[in-house]
This record gives sequence, structure tokens and C-alpha cells, in this order.
Amino acid sequence: MPEYQIVVCGSVVPDPLQTLEPVAGPAGPALKNEMMLPAWLDPWAGHALYEAANLAAKNPGSKVWLVALGPKAKLQQAMMTLAQKVPFELVAMDGSASGFTDAAETAAALAEAIQAIPGLDRSRMLVFGGWESASRGAGATMQIVGEILGITDQFQGVDEIAIQPDGSFQVLERIEGGRHLVSVCESAPALLGWATGNLPEPRNNPQVGMANMRTIMPALQKAKPTKVGAEGVTFASVSLPKQSRDTRVVKDMPPEQIAAEIVDWITNK
Amino acid sequence: MDTLLFLSPSEAGTPLSKQALEALAVTKQLAGALGTTFSVGLWGANPSADELAACGAAKFFVVAGAEFSEPRYATDAAAAEALGRASGATVLIGPAGSRWNRTLAGVAHRLGGRADSHVTGVSSEGGTLGIARWYYRQRMEGILTRTQRPWVLAVETGIAPAWQGEAGTAPVEAVACAPGAARTKVTGIADQAAGQQTIRPDADLLFVTGAGWTKKQPDGQVKVGEAEPLILDFLRLARASLGSTKSLVDLHGEGQATLTFLTHMNQVGQTGSTPRHAKGLSTCCHGEEPHTVGWRFIGERRAISLDANCGWARGKADVLYVADAFAVMAKVNASLGEKTEI
Repeated sequence: MPEYQIVVCGSVVPDPLQTLEPVAGPAGPALKNEMMLPAWLDPWAGHALYEAANLAAKNPGSKVWLVALGPKAKLQQAMMTLAQKVPFELVAMDGSASGFTDAAETAAALAEAIQAIPGLDRSRMLVFGGWESASRGAGATMQIVGEILGITDQFQGVDEIAIQPDGSFQVLERIEGGRHLVSVCESAPALLGWATGNLPEPRNNPQVGMANMRTIMPALQKAKPTKVGAEGVTFASVSLPKQSRDTRVVKDMPPEQIAAEIVDWITNK
Repeated sequence: MDTLLFLSPSEAGTPLSKQALEALAVTKQLAGALGTTFSVGLWGANPSADELAACGAAKFFVVAGAEFSEPRYATDAAAAEALGRASGATVLIGPAGSRWNRTLAGVAHRLGGRADSHVTGVSSEGGTLGIARWYYRQRMEGILTRTQRPWVLAVETGIAPAWQGEAGTAPVEAVACAPGAARTKVTGIADQAAGQQTIRPDADLLFVTGAGWTKKQPDGQVKVGEAEPLILDFLRLARASLGSTKSLVDLHGEGQATLTFLTHMNQVGQTGSTPRHAKGLSTCCHGEEPHTVGWRFIGERRAISLDANCGWARGKADVLYVADAFAVMAKVNASLGEKTEI
């Protein structure tokens, strides 16, 4: 059984059920009342973390780190819930998790933090993360992290990793048409940007939570202030879509008539 | 002044995808607007630029080799990097398909530049290149410029008509590229678990199913068994692509009766995809913003719902039919079936 050292990159995003409104900040665009918005772990990064924990559990001797860049208070808020899900060691950086920062700057900070993890054996390393974030949504950060770390076996939109008896692993990546590209990689190191994966959100486990919190609180306390922005980028505007459609509401029309309208509409190019 | 490079994987005998030809059109338009030239860069086992001979590119660069035929990060990134260096271009543009999306940022890093993906618009105001892209899962649109070069872009489909032109003989310059031995082998393509293909990015129509299909109907019965053939028949007859709300996909994981052919790949919206189709028909969907971001890039929209005040439809759809989707879709299928037989 291979023993992996799995580093998961992930940060916090505002609860998507909240109303988000852009405002002009001193350093560029920001969200209105950003620090007041409830935060949680980015959904795809969450899938990456759960898949990492599952892989580590199946391969004894493996270990999971979560490397997170975000405002310390927001990270702490997210960790209160996350810590109870799966075992991991937190590496925290205190900086912006805004979607308007540049992926390259975020990636540089993440890669530096990974390189500084004591005793990390990079020949056994798998770097996990979300294939995109729910904030910037660029799908760029993980690629650049991989490049900085010298990892050219990269996979994005991953839904499955399956370890083979010879130590290689098969990866399913999402491609067009609802299909998966199937690849086999010889061994670690590799980088996987996860889509949804196959695992449900783990149940809360207070014992895991207590074990995690022993290292999470010190990690948060010593979170290094990290400056990330969007140097070289000028936003001409950031705005919400304004268009509201004038909906024609059709009531009391028989199904036959509605069907006829819909068929005409579909078939009329 | 910026110089532009259009980038795409290519194989002789296989036409470039519609999305790639749209990205080429964007490159060409932008070059014209900026008063500059553009080149074409292709890679593959045996790439040919002949179908693009008349596109107006100043130069055609190719990276060729058996190892470049497979969609793999290491070889795709190496080829695109080599083409970028050979062309000397300051702006590299490719189609936002799965292959370029998972490569462009790494390529930008290697070239010492920056990348922006999911570009939904380009501008050349005052001779300066600008782009539009969306943030926070399509909730807000940003328009921006960058000083860093090279600037590597992935442009979404639907922002320009695909380039069309006569094939000819394009004079290509071969570019050397040695990516080293690949540790990753592509072994194939896996189709969806269900037998029928339900996701068709090129379809004219997106059909969105909501959790209402699995709820008790007006007669007090749950009719998932009836819903499945109705939906699958419609997809087949209308050649439509299937999207789903998160709530319906999530029923799978919760062990409730649901539509067996749905997976997370069908999910549209906040944590799903935001597909681009000319038309969209939603059925049995419910919810308010932000769930409706799955609609963001759909042209004409209609909805069928029993709720006349449904937030998914009101102000979001052009037409809302307040009706039973089971009854309506059965009639729609019957009518489409008759048309198909004719």
C-alpha cells in the first residue's frame, strides 16, 4: 500500500445563499459587507478534502494537510464545522480569499506554504484542491501551484481516483458531453483538481473534531499574514446583471395547447 | 502593440471543433480591432492548418508528434508553451474546452505571464485589450484589463460566430518540443453510467428538471416511474441536453426516489455548470436567486410550473406556463413523435 502525503488547498467562500453585491474597495472590487457574510469551505475544495481523507484512510500511513489562505476570523469560523468531518492538519495563512485577487498570487502563496511543511516527502505527495473556486472560478490556481512545485502530472475536474495494485492510479476527469477522460499515472507526485467526486459529506464526529482542534487553534494563532491582490489588473467595472425578463404568465391553458406552443417554439429555429 | 496567437489541439482529417473556430474568430476580430497581426498555433500527432489557410493568419506554427495526440496536461502544456515562445505573441487565445481550460494557467506561468479563463467578452477600447468574465459563480460580471504579458485567455463558446472559410494549403513552421517521457497515459473515454447520453453541449435546447418531478402530484401519488420515460423521450425527440437543479441531484445521495439517469454532471447553477444554449425549458423547478444562475447564459427561456409565483421563472423566463409538467410533456412528446415520423 502506498503511503501518501496529501496536501489539500482550499479556502473559504461566502455562503452562496447570501445576497452578494460588489462594491469598490481601496484595493479594487470587493463584496459589500464581506466580513459579515457567513463563510464556509469552498464546495469543490471540500470534495477534495473528503476524497483526500478517504484515500488516506484506505492507505494506512498516509497523512492529510489542509493549506488554507483566508481571513483568519473566517477560517476559524469554517473550521468549527470542518474540523468534525475528517482528520487533517491545518496550515493557515491570514490573507484575502476574495474572488477578485489574482490566481497567480494566490498560487504563489499556497506553493510557498506547501514547500515549508516540515518533513513533507514530495515523492509521495498528492496535491488536491477544487478544480475551480466558487469565488474566482478560474480553474487556474491549482495549475500554477503544480507548476511552482514542479508537478506536470496534473488532472482537473476529477471525479475519481483509484489506486492500482502496482501503485499507479487511475483518474477520471470530466470532459465535454458528460463524459470522463480516463488516465493512468505511474505514481506520486501528482496534482488533482477535484470536481464533485463520489463521496457524501462526512457526518460530524466529535472525536475527530477534538483531535483536529488541538492543532487547528495553534495553526490559526500562528497564521502568517499573507498579502495577495491583483497586481497589474484594472477592473473597469464589476456589476450585477440587471436584466429582468418580462415574464408572460400563462394560466388556464389546456395541456394540448401549451404543448403545441412549446413544440412550435422548439422546432422554430 | 500586442500580437495574437490562436491555439488549439488539432489532427489532420478531423475538423476543428465549433468552439475552436469561434475562438479563432475572436482572435481574428480582435487583431483587426487592435490593428495588429495574429498567428495560428496547432499541436497534435499530425496537425494540419489547411482548413484555416484562408483565415488571414500571418503565420502557422505546429508542434507534431504522437505524444501530442492525447489530451494530457504535461504534453498539452509543453506544446502550447513551445508555440507561445516560437510565435512571440503577447496574447494567446484558445477555446474554453476541457483541454485548454486545464492547461492555460500552467502555460501562462511557464511563459511568465498571466491567465484568465471563462472569458465571455473581449474589447479593444482605446487600443487596449479588455475582457469580461464572471465572478462568484456567475453572480457578477467584471470587465478588466491587465498589464502583464503574455496574457493567456480561454474564451467561452457563443461570444462570436465560428470562423468559416475555404480550405487551402497553409505554409506551416514546425516548432520543436520535447516534453520528456510521459508518466501519465490516457487509456480511454468513459461514458455516463446511464445508457442514453443526456448532456449535449451543442444542443439548441437545455431541458432543466427540478425536484418537483419526484414530489407528490395533484392526485397524491409520486410518479417517478412515469417521469423517467417522459424526460428521456423528450431528450431523444428534441435532441436536448439535460440539466438538473441541485436539489434533484442531491436526492440520490439522500436515498430518496429520484431519476436514475441524473448525476452531478447534469447539475446546473451555483455548484454545477452554467451551460450555454440558445433555448431553455425548465420543468418542476423552484427556488430563488442564486439558484437560477444555471440560466445565466441561456437565450430564450420558458418554464412549466404549478407555482405561478415561482422565483425560478418569474422575471427569469420569457414565458411561464402554470400547468402540470407530466400532462404537458406527454403531449409535447406525442407531437414531437408525430413530427419525427413525418
